[in-house]
Amino acid sequence: MSDSLDAYLILAGLLFAIGSFGFLARRNAISMLMSIELMLNAVNLSIIAFGAFIPELAARGAIIALMVMAVAAAEATVGLAIVIAIYRNKKTPLVDEYDAMRQ
Amino acid sequence: MGLVFGVAVLMLVFLGQDWEDALFWILAAVMLGAALLVVTMRDIIRCGLAMIVSFGALAGIYVLIGAPLIGAAQVIVYIGAISVLILFAIMLTQTKDAPARLVFQTQSGAAVIAAIVIAIVIALSVVATDWAPSVARVAVNTREMAALLFREYVLPFEVVSVLLLAAVIGGVFLAKREPGGPS
Repeated sequence: MSDSLDAYLILAGLLFAIGSFGFLARRNAISMLMSIELMLNAVNLSIIAFGAFIPELAARGAIIALMVMAVAAAEATVGLAIVIAIYRNKKTPLVDEYDAMRQ
Repeated sequence: MGLVFGVAVLMLVFLGQDWEDALFWILAAVMLGAALLVVTMRDIIRCGLAMIVSFGALAGIYVLIGAPLIGAAQVIVYIGAISVLILFAIMLTQTKDAPARLVFQTQSGAAVIAAIVIAIVIALSVVATDWAPSVARVAVNTREMAALLFREYVLPFEVVSVLLLAAVIGGVFLAKREPGGPS
């Protein structure tokens, strides 16, 4: 089972689905950011799986995964800074109470 | 957790599968279970800790698949940096009444359906495609990867470093208190 590409890709798909559920359903902005991290991890897993099973892609897949990790770190930094900045003004981390642009 | 190890021992002893399969199942079950806890638990600090468990299991899967360098980077970047950053942000934005109130949006039923549809579509398309994989799984050659990274991919590498610098400066700028503004 651990020798088939399908198993790893389906695992990545399940992790991505869990992350997308969390992103759509949670009310807390930081929970949504955590769900985005889960989805990025799922993408990384699929990239590494392709690299491990297709010999021409082995080193390139690892490089792409490292780049994805760096961009994910940048995304987490800016996203959490935005959440903290909004929290300072609105005093709540819940996204459905951020309705200033709806009025 | 005990159930996972029980199933693994059962597979090893009775079904005659090897260690790699058993490790794959244990790590996959821990990763998916922890990810489910991340998106469903009420206390957000526990969500953050479950996310660390999920990232750790994923690092184990990377080592199992033959990319130990990526596993190490996963531990350093995700567990060491991003999780700690998220835990700090959680502790800065906790309110007393937030955990007691509703965890999910009102349209979370639609989100469940959407997630299940995504999972089914991905699984079907993965199974239906003939990937023509190699017979033997190849491990990442770190020396070859380093040469590729610092020769062919040196421009993306530098761009990513500039991006990280910009993100750090932007994060500090966004999160810092303005003098005279709201506290």
